[in-house]
Amino acid sequence: MLSGMDAAQALADLTEISSQVHQVAILDRDRTLLAATARDPLRAERFVAALTPLLEEAERLARSRGLPELDQLEVSTLEGSIFAVRQDDRLIVATTRPDPTVGLVFYDLKHCLGSIDDGAAEARHEPAANGAGEAAEPAPRRRRKADTSA
Amino acid sequence: MLVLVLGALAASAMYRRRSARRLERVELYAADGSMASLPEGSVDAERMLSLARDILSVPG
Repeated sequence: MLSGMDAAQALADLTEISSQVHQVAILDRDRTLLAATARDPLRAERFVAALTPLLEEAERLARSRGLPELDQLEVSTLEGSIFAVRQDDRLIVATTRPDPTVGLVFYDLKHCLGSIDDGAAEARHEPAANGAGEAAEPAPRRRRKADTSA
Repeated sequence: MLVLVLGALAASAMYRRRSARRLERVELYAADGSMASLPEGSVDAERMLSLARDILSVPG
């Protein structure tokens, strides 16, 4: 298990180890953006804005089907998939290429959320696309990116 | 012979279409381990798929 880190660093780790995720955002319970792969803050906000109707609809559907609190979501289309995982007060949402390895994506997203330190998560949106970007000191890597496209 | 070829082409097209549709799904998982899969072709599933396509079209 990685030691606690901030959201941007956790996201940088995720994009390094997972070849399947494309766009990713980590949000607070109130949907405040903690970190995103989009380098441009406007694009990150646009991504979050597009997520909101899907997340709200998913929660409505879960309630209408008698599910207790929704904590994972997978929506797969021919163009790609959307995954969401909620843990404690945080939510991570990722887009992937079409027909991803579902279990692996969920594992990576949960691992990413679990590695965020509570205190460090207060750092607000820092781009983390394709590496650590301007994030603080890199954490030790536990796994190298593997090509899972086969 | 022509009928056979046309039949094979139609069957192939149908198979590809069904395979493609199987890739489209909406699954909701609850904290207690329960799960709901929205029926393929349902209004709810189509709405979720449409919202997902909107997200996928946002440039990164």
